Amino acid sequence: MTALTKSDMADMLFEELGLNKREAKEIVEMFFEEIRASLESNEQVKLSGFGNFELRDKGERPGRNPKTGEEIPISPRRVVTFKPGQKLKARVEKYAGTE
Amino acid sequence: MTKSELIEAIAAKQTQLSLKDVELAVKSVLEQMSDALSSGERIEIRGFGSFSLHYREPRLGRNPKTGDSVDLNGKYVPHFKPGKELRERVNKGLSLS
Repeated sequence: MTALTKSDMADMLFEELGLNKREAKEIVEMFFEEIRASLESNEQVKLSGFGNFELRDKGERPGRNPKTGEEIPISPRRVVTFKPGQKLKARVEKYAGTE
Repeated sequence: MTKSELIEAIAAKQTQLSLKDVELAVKSVLEQMSDALSSGERIEIRGFGSFSLHYREPRLGRNPKTGDSVDLNGKYVPHFKPGKELRERVNKGLSLS
């Protein structure tokens, strides 16, 4: 099955809500940009019914170059994690899987 | 940031649409994303990330109250993999804070 993309989302806003194509495209773009900007400023994003985008700071840890086997430390970093909400989890659990 | 703050932030940055229209649009986008995942479809947003389903094997669980064992069926759970731009911007935020 093909994946849902920004352009599919904009098409749906055009068809369902009657936004013009330019507005629909802009809104979809802004939706993802606002979430990125919030996370960039270290603020988590909570979208009730869908899920939360949270931030975790990870300290330095030992790593390895998989090609050469050479040991190199992995620098401290901040990462995004997604915690699906109850409603989304319940809906996805019902999916029996057909692949 | 909550859903309503996200709606307000978007509405403040554009002039053509009312707050109500932006609210409907944001809810539609989230509904489309939930619909896709609950029908087994992936979501791919360049620069943001991708959502897919991961399978959890059936296992024997326990009722924490009674200690009885319960058969848990295999199931799918949503999974998010951040894209390159999101990873880089969030990590850059670390060095600034």
